Amino acid sequence: MKGKKVFVIGAGMSSFGEHWSSSLRELIVDAAVKAIADSKIEGKDLQAIYGGCMASGQLTGQEHIGALIADYLGINPLPSTRLEAACASGSVALRNGIMAIASGFYDVVAVGGVEKMTEVSTELASTALGGAGDEEWELFNGATFPALYALMARRHMLEYGTTEEQMAMVAVKNHANGAKNPFAQYQKEITLKQVMESAYVASPLKLFDCSPLSDGAAAVILASEEFAKKICEKPVEFIASSQASDTIALANRKSFTSLKATQVASKEAFTQSGLKAKDIDVAEVHDCFTIAELMAMEDIGFCEKGKSGKFIEAGETKIGGSIPVNTSGGLKACGHPVGATGVKQVVELTWQLRGDANGRQVKGAEIGLTHNVGGSGATSVIHILKKAF
Amino acid sequence: MVQAISRIWRSIKQRYNLEGVHCEVCKESFFPKRTICPNCRRKGKLVDAKMPHTGKIYSYSLVYSAPAGFEYEVPYFVAIIELDNKVKIFSQVVDSEVDKVKIGAKVKAVFRRVQAGKEEDVIAYGYKFTVV
Amino acid sequence: MNVGIVSYGYYVPRLRVKTADIAVAWNKEKDVGEALGVKEKAVGAWDEDSCTFAVEAARMAVQCSGINSQEIGAIYVGSESKPYAVKPSATIVAEAISATPTLTAADLEFACKAGTAAMQMCMGMAESGMIKYGLAIGSDTAQAQPGDALEFTAGGGAAAVLIAKDSGGKANLIATLNDTYSFTTDTPDFWRRQHAEFPSHAGRFTGEPAYFKHVIGAVKGIFEKTGSTPKDYDYVVFHQPNGKFPTRVAKMLGFSDASVKQGLITPFIGNTYSGSSMIGLASVLDVAKPGQKILMCSYGSGSGSDAFTLTVEKGIEKPGKRPSESVLDYINRNKEYTSYVGYIRNRNKIKHLE
Repeated sequence: MKGKKVFVIGAGMSSFGEHWSSSLRELIVDAAVKAIADSKIEGKDLQAIYGGCMASGQLTGQEHIGALIADYLGINPLPSTRLEAACASGSVALRNGIMAIASGFYDVVAVGGVEKMTEVSTELASTALGGAGDEEWELFNGATFPALYALMARRHMLEYGTTEEQMAMVAVKNHANGAKNPFAQYQKEITLKQVMESAYVASPLKLFDCSPLSDGAAAVILASEEFAKKICEKPVEFIASSQASDTIALANRKSFTSLKATQVASKEAFTQSGLKAKDIDVAEVHDCFTIAELMAMEDIGFCEKGKSGKFIEAGETKIGGSIPVNTSGGLKACGHPVGATGVKQVVELTWQLRGDANGRQVKGAEIGLTHNVGGSGATSVIHILKKAF
Repeated sequence: MVQAISRIWRSIKQRYNLEGVHCEVCKESFFPKRTICPNCRRKGKLVDAKMPHTGKIYSYSLVYSAPAGFEYEVPYFVAIIELDNKVKIFSQVVDSEVDKVKIGAKVKAVFRRVQAGKEEDVIAYGYKFTVV
Repeated sequence: MNVGIVSYGYYVPRLRVKTADIAVAWNKEKDVGEALGVKEKAVGAWDEDSCTFAVEAARMAVQCSGINSQEIGAIYVGSESKPYAVKPSATIVAEAISATPTLTAADLEFACKAGTAAMQMCMGMAESGMIKYGLAIGSDTAQAQPGDALEFTAGGGAAAVLIAKDSGGKANLIATLNDTYSFTTDTPDFWRRQHAEFPSHAGRFTGEPAYFKHVIGAVKGIFEKTGSTPKDYDYVVFHQPNGKFPTRVAKMLGFSDASVKQGLITPFIGNTYSGSSMIGLASVLDVAKPGQKILMCSYGSGSGSDAFTLTVEKGIEKPGKRPSESVLDYINRNKEYTSYVGYIRNRNKIKHLE
């Protein structure tokens, strides 16, 4: 990775779920205060804030989230900016924080992500999320996000023989992990039978193939090497940060069985870090739908193209497998407050690399990868982190 | 969802007649319309072009959980249609027997209400497809 | 007259509701519909209306004609179930067949005969040279109040005819429109006021002083005008509010049952209002041979009848001039039954709060 070294020196998150008694501003303040406390800095040490949030305007009516965060953290007049890239909003906020430190512009910044999704009807939430795809030519014509991923799943099934059972196994695994994460929305194991018997949302995807609507926030404190070394006992270093774009509409892609943006961003991240997929010890990937996790395995390079069904079947991605994936429970079980997800992935990996992931710790994890997708794959962001103590 | 009149009006030719663009340089067609050819960029020359009204299903899904405005229409089929000129478009599939909606099934464009809104709104008409 | 039909198109929605199911919903005798000669009726899906029907019929007519749709100088859509009270359906049709912008267009209303009124307007304009081609469309959805007797017969459908002046040798025409005659009085037998959701009607009054008086008046008038008699016609098509009136009026006028049959479509799809006699004409044109004569007579409440005499031309035998599938084959093949509840939900007849 170019520029100065960048470290995570503190991480925190609200629990994810239906937070009937917490507002959007309370959620992000909760996460930010936890991250600041974890880092042992003081609020006044921060030089800037980057916040990821996708659809607060449609979901709560509130825009101008950057200023809201600074205000309710009580740290005005700090510069505070919101970034948006649909469900990858958290990760693009991270990238901006990383670049601010790497460039030498700042020494310590906070990066947060937040979404409050339960204050509108499911239909209106579906409409708001639909804006992550092509609003005029997909959503306008009746598309939903489950439907777009269902269209990909149907092609993956046709071209590679992937089955609904194999997709269901992703949900079973991620619920097993979520059951061990006190911050997860669903801390409950489920069976393959339960997934297979759940109702179709957009065939072939069923209710239990889909991540939920969630409220939640996550935050990390990023610092330069000089600053990190002074204050932090267990820093975690960013050794790659990459992002790629693809067509906003699914229809305009040559292939539906891989996300080109993920392939490009992964390749770039491995170049930046000088690593290969087999060097990764633990990964948090974007399983908005079970098929998305399977495709991510192939696109990142954890398994061969078309073999992700067999890969999950073989248990390779369980904790204890060759590459544990979504130890937090993923978007499926931990929850998916869209703007918070990319930051939460880094929070989970920070805990994993520090050895703090109680009950779901990947033994000896030193290198972790996050994969965060916006829309149906129009944005993909990869981060690679390394234990630095 | 209430739609602004101008946005419905300016896409009428695209929604009624599948009008897209064709690049005279790289010979590729695009739908919906673009103002820059993604292959040729400034060297490209895009002209308006009607897409064929026939094609086949490339992928499909039966939607049970709908966005606002489509709540009462579930379940409905959505699909990616590969038109005869290889351009792919997203569309609903209507008036088709459930077991005939399959990848590879031949389809043709029909004219339907896409979003009707409420009593005081303008009706957005446009293409959907049906299995032939 | 020196005008005729260049091509025609039709549209009947796929969904059907059985009249027996309507009877069950309203605790009526199961055979109420059959007594009216209607076993099932065609109804639009949730995303269809009289305008989408009209577009489909118009597209079929334009495709069969082989003309450049830019040459169409007039489009008239006759309907009593317009999706907009104010805003023309005709402009939507014009845009959907790429006939814009050099043309005149308007919507017409005269209960079930607005489509034939559109034909007469196109005939006059083509004959005078004011336009080259005129597109006349009759299109309606099943407008009837739930529980009303009308509900057993009111169906959905549309037909379009493309009309032009004979340009020599009649090669461009599939049928000549030899003559037309109208019979009109002020007879309020069926109506819908501006803001009423469903039409009202005068029960049995819609029969003798309304339908029969006007149809007979128009047909006798055209007989007199053209010096013809029932035996001069191979086919006769009437407006068909139910399955019984057309055969009864045919008998009263001296036509054979056989001459009525090909154009009698209501028993299979219900009364398609403005589309009714025009879909019947389409079905006759599906099978008629060059040289055969057709008499067509519409009826619109309020009231009036437009009668037409046609001669089928050689052009009808040219490949592609007729639609690829006949009306009768199409309505037999392309159908899917829906329940009574499915039908009233689709037609937006269930009240719910938004």
